Amino acid sequence: MVNRVRFREDYCVDCRLCEVYCATAHSQSKDVIKAFKDERPSPTRGISVQRRDATSFALNCQHCDEARCAWACVSGALTKNPETGVVTYNPEKCIGCWTCILACPNGAITRDSEKSQIIKCDLCSDREVPVCVAVCPNRALVL
Amino acid sequence: MTVIKNNPKASHAQSTALPSYHCHMPSYLKPRFRVERSDRRCIRCQGCVEQCSFGAQYYDESADRVEAVDTNCVGCHRCVVFCPTSAIEIRHNPVEYRDNAYWRPEVIEDITRQAETGGVLITGMGNDKPWTSYWDKLCLNASQVTNPSIDPLREPMELRTYLGSKPDQVQIDPATGRLGTRLAPQIMIETPVLFSAMSYGAVSINVHESLARAASMLGTLFNTGEGGLHPKLYRYGGNTIAQVASGRFGVHPEYLDVARVLEIKIGQGAKPGIGGHLPGEKISAEVATTRMIPTGTDALSPAPQHDIYSIEDLSQLIYALKEATNYTKPVSVKIAAVHNSGAIASGIARAGADIIALDGIRGSTGAAPKIIRDNLGIPIEMAIASVDQRLRSEGIRNRVSLVAAGGFRNSGDVTKAIALGVDAVYIGTAALIAMGCTECQACYTGRCAWGITTTDDKLTKRQNPEIAAQRIANLVEAWSHEIKEMLGAMGINAIESLRGNRLHLRGVGLTREEADILGVSLAGE
Ligand code: SF4
Ligand code: SF4
Ligand code: SF4
Repeated sequence: MVNRVRFREDYCVDCRLCEVYCATAHSQSKDVIKAFKDERPSPTRGISVQRRDATSFALNCQHCDEARCAWACVSGALTKNPETGVVTYNPEKCIGCWTCILACPNGAITRDSEKSQIIKCDLCSDREVPVCVAVCPNRALVL
Repeated sequence: MTVIKNNPKASHAQSTALPSYHCHMPSYLKPRFRVERSDRRCIRCQGCVEQCSFGAQYYDESADRVEAVDTNCVGCHRCVVFCPTSAIEIRHNPVEYRDNAYWRPEVIEDITRQAETGGVLITGMGNDKPWTSYWDKLCLNASQVTNPSIDPLREPMELRTYLGSKPDQVQIDPATGRLGTRLAPQIMIETPVLFSAMSYGAVSINVHESLARAASMLGTLFNTGEGGLHPKLYRYGGNTIAQVASGRFGVHPEYLDVARVLEIKIGQGAKPGIGGHLPGEKISAEVATTRMIPTGTDALSPAPQHDIYSIEDLSQLIYALKEATNYTKPVSVKIAAVHNSGAIASGIARAGADIIALDGIRGSTGAAPKIIRDNLGIPIEMAIASVDQRLRSEGIRNRVSLVAAGGFRNSGDVTKAIALGVDAVYIGTAALIAMGCTECQACYTGRCAWGITTTDDKLTKRQNPEIAAQRIANLVEAWSHEIKEMLGAMGINAIESLRGNRLHLRGVGLTREEADILGVSLAGE
């Protein structure tokens, strides 16, 4: 079974710590202040908090069993890893056509306009628990 | 520096919009806090803007800076805790008045506020004045040489307590060897710490659920307060004390049936003799259904129970509740600790109550007139001692369990209260602090940034009952361990042996009269 980050909107308090620490974890320095204030290009994040009125939840890639983005990808940059189930992004192959953004039913892929590529969650492959899940102060994100 | 002065009436406005500079006559009140931000650290994530429910933080898009409206800050520290870069400091606003031990800044500010509003000053939480805390003037005993202390990690240590009326005598049937006396209902609790009455409406549904869950994890009880019980919490009925207060909100047969204990609320330590007023804004559809009142209407609890003007009237309600529940549940009567508590308690015991709850002058509330909160009632220590003494001297102490409330801060306070004569204590404030409360006293605004004293949908989410229940349970478990340690040190292995055992207490810095009222000797005696 592939791991998935599940959001629980009943407990999301819209603090955006998941966004901040996702970006930090994907920065060069891994230091929150340096990452945001000094690094160029700015670090990117694969999670974003959606909000309207009293509702908020943090959305990231669900690493779908039938990953439509991977199916739609024209260059083979997005693939479903058969072992881990993680939908993996290879920026080397990406041509910035953004077909995947249209194909994703969750709206979990965003544009990286600086590089004309995409940004998406990699499920923090280098960590045991994705950083967003680890830092969420109200258990609004669970694995 | 730009001086931002907002109308104090609007100081807890919900909006996080940019402050309007000088668009109305300035208030003479200075901001209480100063929100300082290290620009070197701030990454403009705006987490603080979102977390501050008092509109004290905003993002200035044109300058790309996060700014503060100091006037609106209540000092709750929500932003400080959530800032990922520790960029925020909340400081006392360094406005220094000319030194004056009598006309203190608080006095000047209260007068100014009243001059501007013409109203009664409303506040939240408990009496914050530096009055004598007798807990801090009582020492507990410990065993040395002549009586051995006990190691609670090696030997059994009993905190289990039974709440309910105990018989004057018990008869054993000689034929069967069994108990011949019919006992009044007894409620077993695993630790002598219960959760105080906090009504749904004053606190959010998630807070009620957290307290209920914590009580069930710990084997103790939580108190519904006067706003009824939401049906989704009926499954915690076995850990519930259902309150019946002057407004009779949410009182119906099922509510009485699911609960373990019933409690008639006569008074409350934070506001003795005063009714309650839950403003219409807090009466959401769910709160309204639970309270059985229309949505959006003010919930007014009369000051007295209008069917109780005497001990005889009280007795009628006690027995009405017992009849309604077929004599299966103990009935508690809660009063604020006042001058004649001893005599009143005697009347309550004789009126048929199984439990008497006493709430002292440090007791907290969601909203009360400040002048009442800070001046009415007496310290709980004195009330416990005088009530326990009075009931003992009349030979009726066994007829009731005594529960004390009002400002229990740690297991030391609890242990001393038990030695003074109570069976158990209620904690309210300590449980809320375990959930995040910082005692900012803004409960009455309904905008609690920690999601505790609010019914706002968005703020309510800030308490996840899974987390909050565990934090509360951790606190009470820690206290229970500490109580066992103290009992062990005293050479006692059951809380029963400490109850009312004032020989284990000694006073320090008390006058002889105070020591006499408390029924304790002075240290060294
Ligand atoms: S960290 Fe958790 S609570 Fe905060 S915005 Fe993200 S999901 Fe919501
Ligand atoms: S939470 Fe901290 S880092 Fe984020 S905007 Fe506020 S002060 Fe800046
Ligand atoms: S969150 Fe609390 S401490 Fe921070 S600015 Fe707002 S009121 Fe002040």
